[in-house]
Amino acid sequence: MKYEAVIGLEVHAQLLTDSKIFCGCSTTFGAEPNSQTCPVCLGMPGVLPVLNERAVEFAIKMGLATHCKIAPFSRFARKNYFYPDLPKGYQISQYELPLCSDGYVDIELEDGTRKRIGIIRIHLEEDAGKSIHDPVLAGEDTLVDLNRCGVPLIEIVSAPDLRSPQEAYAYLVRLKQLVTYLGICDGNMEEGSLRCDANVSVRPVGSTEFGVKTEVKNMNSFRNVERALTFEINRQIQLLESGGEVVQETLLWDAHAGEARPMRSKEEAHDYRYFPEPDLVPMVIEESWVQKIRESLPELPLARKERFMEQYKLPAYDAGILTMTRELADYYEAVVTECRDYKLASNWVMGEVLRVLNERKIEITEFPISAQQLARLLNLILDETISSKIAKTVYEEMLNTGEDPAKIVEKKGLAQVTDRATIEAIVVKVLEENPKQVEQYRSGKEKVFGYFVGQVMRATRGKANPGLVNEILKEKLRE
Amino acid sequence: MDSARVRHQQYVEGKFRLADAVEDYLERIEAHKDLNAFIQVYADEARERARELDARRERGESLGDLAGLIIAVKDNIVIKDHLTTCASHILENFVSPYHATVVEKILQADGLIIGKTNLDEFAMGSSTENSYFGATRNPVDPERVPGGSSGGSAVAIAAGMADLALGSDTGGSIRQPAAFCGVVGLKPTYGRVSRYGLVAYASSLDQIGPFGRTVEDVALFTRIIAGADERDSTTVPTEVPDYLQELQRDPRDLTIGIPQEYFQEGLDGEIRTAIFQVIDRLKEEGFTLKEIRLPLTDYAIATYYIVATAEASSNLARYDGVRYGFRAEGVEDLQEMYFRTRSEGFGTEVKRRIMLGTYVLSAGYYEAYYKKAQQVRRMIKDEFDAAFREVDILITPTTPTPAFRLGEKLDDPLQMYLSDIYTVTVNLAGICALNLPIARTQQGLPIGMQLMAGMFRESDLFRLGHFIERQLTPSTQQVP
Repeated sequence: MKYEAVIGLEVHAQLLTDSKIFCGCSTTFGAEPNSQTCPVCLGMPGVLPVLNERAVEFAIKMGLATHCKIAPFSRFARKNYFYPDLPKGYQISQYELPLCSDGYVDIELEDGTRKRIGIIRIHLEEDAGKSIHDPVLAGEDTLVDLNRCGVPLIEIVSAPDLRSPQEAYAYLVRLKQLVTYLGICDGNMEEGSLRCDANVSVRPVGSTEFGVKTEVKNMNSFRNVERALTFEINRQIQLLESGGEVVQETLLWDAHAGEARPMRSKEEAHDYRYFPEPDLVPMVIEESWVQKIRESLPELPLARKERFMEQYKLPAYDAGILTMTRELADYYEAVVTECRDYKLASNWVMGEVLRVLNERKIEITEFPISAQQLARLLNLILDETISSKIAKTVYEEMLNTGEDPAKIVEKKGLAQVTDRATIEAIVVKVLEENPKQVEQYRSGKEKVFGYFVGQVMRATRGKANPGLVNEILKEKLRE
Repeated sequence: MDSARVRHQQYVEGKFRLADAVEDYLERIEAHKDLNAFIQVYADEARERARELDARRERGESLGDLAGLIIAVKDNIVIKDHLTTCASHILENFVSPYHATVVEKILQADGLIIGKTNLDEFAMGSSTENSYFGATRNPVDPERVPGGSSGGSAVAIAAGMADLALGSDTGGSIRQPAAFCGVVGLKPTYGRVSRYGLVAYASSLDQIGPFGRTVEDVALFTRIIAGADERDSTTVPTEVPDYLQELQRDPRDLTIGIPQEYFQEGLDGEIRTAIFQVIDRLKEEGFTLKEIRLPLTDYAIATYYIVATAEASSNLARYDGVRYGFRAEGVEDLQEMYFRTRSEGFGTEVKRRIMLGTYVLSAGYYEAYYKKAQQVRRMIKDEFDAAFREVDILITPTTPTPAFRLGEKLDDPLQMYLSDIYTVTVNLAGICALNLPIARTQQGLPIGMQLMAGMFRESDLFRLGHFIERQLTPSTQQVP
């Protein structure tokens, strides 16, 4: 029998607000443990939460970007459970009446087709602290750092519309792209600012009923999500094929072992006893505010990609890569405001620029060559001051010194030789010095043509205009 | 003993030194030690602050509205760098790192806080017997309970150990002890007084409120502690009237309702008679009175004990031994730490309510209990709204009986819960209500009358209360 997977993802995104969701503490990452806390986020007796409006705004942004309905009336709820890094013994979250619901995102599959993935809901909640099990610091004890406690999160719950680990991966990439475009989350899965849990089941192809699902947690990178889902789908299929049954349970992905293992049943036997949070009044969202937020949204990735294809006549592939992040797309657009060859600019940004970013492990915002400088370099190619090959030398020099390309060309005498007489003289000289090769060429061994080009280039230290060199060589050899 | 209003006036006029007054009050606290009204007395601090205030007065500085007054605070309201125990073993050693908003307001108004008063553990109880620090006794008859949960604060006022006191009222915890001890106590409208710094029992019902010897005193104190607070989102930015000014207005424009459901079986005969005597006198004074029906009153206790315990089960989850308070010794693992800390740290009644609340929120029971209770609560609120479209004030007894004997109901939680039968509806509806001492039983026990008004109509309660106190029942103002 052939099986298909049914996957739904629950993605938590940490919002980039300056302060926590229910108190004024800073959200800066990496501070001294428990230094960014106050009586409110420590859950001291008698404290009350006060909602950070900025967090609501960020959540609405994501709701709008994913075509959700924004609830005019929604409320917070308490999710009750005991854990040392949860100071109040409950997490303030949303249950009934979430802020955003019933939306979708379009993902792009490898074959270039698009698929629409439903978003069931997006709600706001507070993060918990961190339990630290460090034998050196604490021996057998557990330490608790509550700096993260109360940092705002949105939870994005997808419909069970994903059918493969690859689709799940594409969906996650799209979500990351959206939150970073919106500037509401840094999208870093390894550092935990984006977290993903998956609900997975399998069923025979053609069936419309859902199989028994398991929940997979602890996948802390995009690749791990793909690997864990592949593992779990195969496990379920094998189980069914061998006559077994899938048990509804929670599994923890172990990236080192490459397998997902069940949590101890004690850990998952939770009845969260949700009920409306009485310390917060319901959120009443004015339509005028939603409208204002809608107007403030940046151009979103898919729209920008389409515009790149239309406006700059780029292939879908180029447009997709250039719009992968908002900053890269901004960089490209800054280049092409000063350099009119859009495709040349695209080739350079996708090629040379991304190569250096990867090598140096830096972001485009940290890239030493400004868009204007790169545009000037490309313009030197376009006006034939330098060849593409020399341009790469100049580019390396720009990376190292930060100097302007024209200055480098001048200082190093790299300007292209386009004077016909000069090149002709060199060609004649090369042919004279290599009579044997000339004979070979004329007797039909045209491969040696490249040799002549190489000799001319060497004589000009690569500066001769290659087109002109070809043309003159052919001319002279024909004589 | 003079009222707080009079004492403040006298102090401002230089008629006494606060340093002397503090000694007098400390002596009275010492003399009444057997009543066990206080959990902590800040003797040295009070002397220090009295000297400061006296010095400021001598320098001719302007003084706040509470200058010269000695105030007691229920020990579930936090004061920075002081213990807040909630009368519980689990918080026995808890020192608060911050001030409650009401405490800041008292200090800004130049009030002097003399100590923290006893209560039923986490404000759960109606007799102040459920305290880790022992029961508080009623000064009128030390064999009887002072009511609860704010028993210590009511006793502090009744026995002259403070001029004003703060309590908290979740289902009657200010009004019922005020009735048992013969003092005035107000449960303000939900959202009138900031709850920031009040250790939560049931967040949607809790409200901090004042005790005083007269309606004027309670009005004066309410004016200080009321108002919106950006740290409590459930407070409401409705303007706080000058209640003392309001008091001066003749209350005969107020229409009074008598809900018959509050005068049925179970009401003590002497209390009924005393209340109807006042009602008759009001008629003679020309007030308009109406019979009102509130048939949902029957469901109030059941609704209250579902909503309150559900919220309590969540609010008290933070006492887990991890960050502060009591932690059980010699535990093997996390589970055991939780179990033993909470089993040993909480008293019986608190554990009973946590279990009840956990049950009504559990999967499979939520719809039948918590959700249903919320629906009934909504209906009770609607019923009151309808009543207050017809009348301005409702008059009821505060309690079905006068103060009962210590231990009398301790083994029968249901009987204990029924002592709040006339008070819980006010919290469920979010409205305000005042206890007014109107008479004594033949045995000399205080009888309280409850005045209820719609949301943010505290002024109406004070106007009518002040009128009844001055014109109709002046003899009840004596203090032992």
